[in-house]
Amino acid sequence: MIFEVFRQEKKGQPFAHAGSVEAPDAAFADAWAREQYGRRGESEALWLVPRESIHAVTEWADEFDLKYRRVDGYSIKERLRIARERAASAR
Amino acid sequence: MRANALLALADDELILGWRDSEWTGIAPTLEEDVAFSSIAQNEIGHARALYELAAAELGTDADALAFDRQPDEYCCAPLVELHLMDWAHTIARRYLYEEADRVRLDALKASDDAELAGLAAKIDREETYHRLHAEMWAGRLRGEPRYLEALEELWPYALGVLEPEQRPELARRTGLRVESTQIVPRGHHTAELTELWNEMTEVRRSDPGATW
Amino acid sequence: MDARTEEFIAYVQDGGQVEATDWLPDDYRQKLIKFIEMHANSELMGVLPEREWILKAPTLQRKLALTAKVQDEVGHAQLIYRVAEDLGKPRDEMFADLISGKAKFHNVFHYPTSTWGDVGVIAWLVDAAAIISQKALLKCSYAPYARIMKKICWEESFHILHGRDVILAMVTGTPAQFELVQEALDRWWGPLMQFHGNPIPAEDDPMFQWRIKSQGNEEARQQFLDGYVPQIHELGLTVPDPNLRRGDDGVWTYSEPDWDELRSVVTGHGPRSQDRLAFRARYLEQEKWVRDTVLAA
Repeated sequence: MIFEVFRQEKKGQPFAHAGSVEAPDAAFADAWAREQYGRRGESEALWLVPRESIHAVTEWADEFDLKYRRVDGYSIKERLRIARERAASAR
Repeated sequence: MRANALLALADDELILGWRDSEWTGIAPTLEEDVAFSSIAQNEIGHARALYELAAAELGTDADALAFDRQPDEYCCAPLVELHLMDWAHTIARRYLYEEADRVRLDALKASDDAELAGLAAKIDREETYHRLHAEMWAGRLRGEPRYLEALEELWPYALGVLEPEQRPELARRTGLRVESTQIVPRGHHTAELTELWNEMTEVRRSDPGATW
Repeated sequence: MDARTEEFIAYVQDGGQVEATDWLPDDYRQKLIKFIEMHANSELMGVLPEREWILKAPTLQRKLALTAKVQDEVGHAQLIYRVAEDLGKPRDEMFADLISGKAKFHNVFHYPTSTWGDVGVIAWLVDAAAIISQKALLKCSYAPYARIMKKICWEESFHILHGRDVILAMVTGTPAQFELVQEALDRWWGPLMQFHGNPIPAEDDPMFQWRIKSQGNEEARQQFLDGYVPQIHELGLTVPDPNLRRGDDGVWTYSEPDWDELRSVVTGHGPRSQDRLAFRARYLEQEKWVRDTVLAA
């Protein structure tokens, strides 16, 4: 069985994929992964996940204009300039 | 007296660590190879710490104790000297040694000697991984004839690691019997130790007194 | 060449990376597997010349450091074989091809190690030559391989320090120890100069075209000479090549490496090729029962 290894380098940091080990069960995967990915104390924690348990998502439909969902979909500079001008002339 | 006890422990760890390091590069799987090498390194590390304690008392240094004695001056148990280059025997020895060592360390942790008790506790904490590893393998090999034969073969040697009063405890923990067993105790060395020593000290003896 | 492959080449040459699940041109996939497999084989076979010195290490510190170094090499083999396995070639098959000679491993691991001087020279110079290639692989177009190179390069940094330390202890030690280093260097220089391979121009090197390698062979060799010849000289050691010199343009010239020797060695005719493969085969065979019965999931 292939176990994917996710590794957290320091507390608070995300777990990142670091590699994989082949092992017959979780106990062996634990014993082996901890030395392969932590023998120098370089890992705060590991997540070991059987590859078959991983559900990958790699395809998205991108048909319509979804800019409104993203930061780059907004252009406030022009309207802000007009609003400031109006506020200044109203004073 | 204390130095002798330290040396027995240190020599066990050094020689077993040396034996375990023989599997570097040739263990059954690559993943196991990496893990097993950590165990071998830990054992050498334990030996070093123990030698350092003994060296302070004897007015020498750890390397001198580890390498510069003659084979018959070592205090290790025959169990660790055996050349066992097959996996069933190797795991059987790991399992039996860890069980014997735990009995021994439990006693040392309760010692009045604070320094020794402290070091025993440190070693014990690192041994957690070794026990996990040995138990994991012992579980997988439980039904395997070669492993069961190896256990039987090495049991008399395992008993020999401990003092007589500690042996019943070892029997209790492993479920193996003491009574009819022909124990192989500490005090005599195997020809294998001399062979090991020749290889282990080859470079060191080539230029005595040199710094490496 | 079809349009899809042309697009792929343009993409990787522009710095693009691909994953195991992406479409890969057949030629790319085949060359990639062969390259990665040779790297994995080299890490694995590289253990054998060094492991005998673990057993003979003259101090506890050296024994620990060398065991840890060799453990790293086994760990690297594991990382790299896994990448090749995910490209479709099973580990057992790769071991079988290694033993039969169908797959290769780097020249340096076909030579004997004779003294503790070799231990120093290997960790200091052979590893240095390897690290140069490995750093270049950090930019490999095949992302899973590039990613593991990060861990590999990080661990190799400890090896360099260890190598330097072993060498320095000997060159500042007894005259006999200094001689051990010089003598080892004399033997290893030839294989070291051959290590990075024939100086094929990058444009003619398919590994570079596919951006599997991001560096030409000669570039790697020049980097090695730049970095390490000064280090060799500052310790009072001599390089056994009277023609080695650095030009005003910064380019090193040297005696032509023996490319016939390289070809012969990597095809299994090196002084220790066969007995090391036999040693490996012996233990693979002996412990097959463990993998088959005990480790079957």
